Amino acid sequence: MNATARSRASAALFRRPWLRAALLLSGPTAWFVLIYLGALFLLFLSALWSVDSFSGKIVHSWTFSNFETLFNVPAYRTIALRTIGIAAAVTVTDILLAVPFAFFAARIASKRLQAVLFVAVLIPLWSSYLVRVFAWRLILAKDGVLNWALGQIGLGSVNIGYSNWAMWIVFTYVWLPFMILPVWASIERVPDSLIEASADLGARGWRSFRLVLLPLILPGIVAGSIFTFSLTLGDFITPTLVGGAGSTFIGNVVYQEVGISNNVPFAAAFATIPLVVMGIYLLVARRLGAFEAL
Amino acid sequence: MIGTGRWSRVALAVWAALIMLFLFFPIVIIMLYAFNPSNVQSWPLSGFSTRWFSSTWHNTEVRQALWLSVRAGLLATAIAMVLGTMAAFAVDRFRFFGREAVSLVLVLPIALPGIITGMALNSFISFNSLTFSLLTIVIGHATFCIVTVYNNVLARLRRTQSSLVEASMDLGADGWQTFRFVTLPMIATALVAGGLLAFALSFDEIVVTTFTAGAQNTLPIWIFAHIRNGQQLPQVNVVVLFVILISLIPVALAQRLTRDTGMLRSGAQAPDAGAAAAAGAGGAP
Amino acid sequence: MRLAKMDWALAAILGVMAIGVSACGSSSSSTSSVATKIGNGEGQLNLVAWEGYAQPEWVKPFEAATGCQVHAKYAGSSDEMVTLMRQGGGSTYDMVSASGDASLRLISGGNVAAMNVNLVPEWKNFIPQLQSPSHNTVNGVHYGISLQWGPNVLLYNSSKVKPTPTSWESIYNPKYRGAVTVPANPIQIADAALYLSKAQPSLGITDPYELTEAQLNAAVALLKQQRPLVKKYWTAAADEVELFKNGDAVIGAAWPLQTNNLQADKVPVGELIPAQGATGWADTWMLAAHAKHPNCAYKWVNWVSTPKVQAEQAISFGETPANTKACPFMEQIKKGSCPKYHANAPSAYFESIKFWKTPVKNCGNGKTDCMDYSVWQKKWTEVTA
Repeated sequence: MNATARSRASAALFRRPWLRAALLLSGPTAWFVLIYLGALFLLFLSALWSVDSFSGKIVHSWTFSNFETLFNVPAYRTIALRTIGIAAAVTVTDILLAVPFAFFAARIASKRLQAVLFVAVLIPLWSSYLVRVFAWRLILAKDGVLNWALGQIGLGSVNIGYSNWAMWIVFTYVWLPFMILPVWASIERVPDSLIEASADLGARGWRSFRLVLLPLILPGIVAGSIFTFSLTLGDFITPTLVGGAGSTFIGNVVYQEVGISNNVPFAAAFATIPLVVMGIYLLVARRLGAFEAL
Repeated sequence: MIGTGRWSRVALAVWAALIMLFLFFPIVIIMLYAFNPSNVQSWPLSGFSTRWFSSTWHNTEVRQALWLSVRAGLLATAIAMVLGTMAAFAVDRFRFFGREAVSLVLVLPIALPGIITGMALNSFISFNSLTFSLLTIVIGHATFCIVTVYNNVLARLRRTQSSLVEASMDLGADGWQTFRFVTLPMIATALVAGGLLAFALSFDEIVVTTFTAGAQNTLPIWIFAHIRNGQQLPQVNVVVLFVILISLIPVALAQRLTRDTGMLRSGAQAPDAGAAAAAGAGGAP
Repeated sequence: MRLAKMDWALAAILGVMAIGVSACGSSSSSTSSVATKIGNGEGQLNLVAWEGYAQPEWVKPFEAATGCQVHAKYAGSSDEMVTLMRQGGGSTYDMVSASGDASLRLISGGNVAAMNVNLVPEWKNFIPQLQSPSHNTVNGVHYGISLQWGPNVLLYNSSKVKPTPTSWESIYNPKYRGAVTVPANPIQIADAALYLSKAQPSLGITDPYELTEAQLNAAVALLKQQRPLVKKYWTAAADEVELFKNGDAVIGAAWPLQTNNLQADKVPVGELIPAQGATGWADTWMLAAHAKHPNCAYKWVNWVSTPKVQAEQAISFGETPANTKACPFMEQIKKGSCPKYHANAPSAYFESIKFWKTPVKNCGNGKTDCMDYSVWQKKWTEVTA
């Protein structure tokens, strides 16, 4: 396009902001609606269909049988509660681990140490998730590293390999960087002057922390928890690798039904549980301002 | 001031050190076991062998998987950069119907469990009778990478003044020139930081990829297959060791790029790095 | 105000999608006629295989000889293989090493194509039971070429399990609480049924895959009793190897592959087929209905049917070759392996294994009140939840 045509076009666009907005939005909107949202919608629609067991073909007649199975068979309730419970436990643990660390990194560490810590927190994210989980198998095994170390200091041994305890530890481990980073960012955003003012007004360390700092970094904590909670809720790889006999997660059943039994309608029905849970979580998180801290 | 007491500083420093130990201990194990002479990992290490390095190097399948992951990552990141930037500009500059919904919708692919995204995309691909190939992998990855670029660019745009754009146009530049000479330099580092994180996300992604790949192996799929097969396990460790070492470069780059914008004690504005990293890396599995 | 705006936006999006949604069509079926000759290789071959079925030992020479680069996707269960073969309209993978409980489902689902046995000369040397078995030959049409067969064995750590077990009862015994491992596969119910057929004859179980509701419930009850004893339900063969190696399991159900891998790693393990007998598998290489690389597929089947490769695979995995001429090659590679895996006198041994097959309603004795596989899957989820 020559220069005058371009200036005329850009002037025309300048005068019509709605056209600029529409053009900018068209790409992402088309992508999301056509590919992602449309597919999501169809997926959850298929929860109301069923599958012919021998041929594996989907039968397109509306039925609530999948949801009936979910409600009536206690096994699925157990699985759902276990998944949500461990997700919550992992989130709480990660918060407890991350906040002191982030506080140290944001307020006490020197500039150089900060750079090192930042790189150090990111490195694990670049090493394969699968292999990190796999390494934990060796650490927690009966004749593994942990028991060897405990034996060296004379503390006997524990039998937590392939169990829900193992899963709790491993999940806490893999998602920790996702909790550290937004909390660190939000602690950084708190101006020093606020803390100093609190001290001037007589509040001592813990009180200042609880009444001044904590409410200010809450959005960051909630932002981090979105990830720890959601990632645990939907995971099936960690239960497969380090879980034991009673460690089936919602993700395992969904993966089993899609990737193995090819029963997509039932998988979709079961997947509405994490969908609903996350939907509520996200709405609450929005209220708490987590989206600005993302 | 909180934490300036001697005891608190020491305690927190010890805590930080323990967390670092916790984060890196399994990684040390991974790197150590690249030298495992046996196929099965057991403790303690039964010897020291470098034979897996050469067999991994000559393994065409892993090289293809690595290359496929790189290609998928680059393509997905490119798409995410374009679409994410477009969305960020739209949300920052204009008021329109559904504006608040955009953030929520864009974060869905990461916030919802990967298995749902995977299933949805799998149905989409089967429904449209597309072949499972690099294209479908890229579609899947780009979908959840968009939000990392979006968040980064949006955070940066919020801190820049739109008056600069108007000034540029007053001085006679048309839309394209303004974008190229004024806007783009403003958002450049945010764009790159977002892109780096999008690439990291895509590179390590396994769940959605399982549902959107055909017979191809990306690196995580290859790793998963080898963990299952257990015949040449230390090769997996060798590959991951290699990836960790190589990734020091982009991580250091990300740190330098975002150095003056966040994660340092400027006491000032929104630190995009942490925000982006958190939002970005969320979909890793 | 803000919330209302967002609600409207979401409603608008949903509305647009609702208008656009319509019922989806079914995939088109295609009739591929049986090949009459093997053409030039297409350069690639995508396989769905059991772990251990595509070892470099015989894959590398194949790739060198034919130029067909092999990509193997490992599956841990027949269910998974069926799903993989159906993915992408059935054209993603070229061949699958299907066991008897997957093959008929694939045939009836139209996912596999008829094969021409004349293009595989070694087929004539197969044991007669595996030339046209009912699990891969329907109405005289061959839907695959038999490969190898073997039992699901009892694996135990010989230094920690004393005395040496002789019965499947050992894996249901609280003595090994928290140290048992069995496969994460609904077909495992048949193993429980097989044990009950001898331990509780009053149940009247004759075929462990044809179970009435009462018989199935008894098997499931036994498995639920076993559940507190189980450390992990293994999904990948490598899982079980690691469980035994690192002391988390001392006894369990396994394929001979795990025994071989553990013994190669100097772990003191033994395997046996207990008094009650064993379930097992008879595998077939089947050709996908819409395979993209059929010539490479035929070349592969020819390659793995030769006596030498049959011997290599048999010893590597611990199974029995279909090719009767494999025995001398087995003895060359490892002395004593031919009689160990019954490669020289297979008939009686063959008859003693209860090969995997898909449970259906038809009980085979005129009755149709047997539980079909979907019920097995549901019950298995209850057991392992």
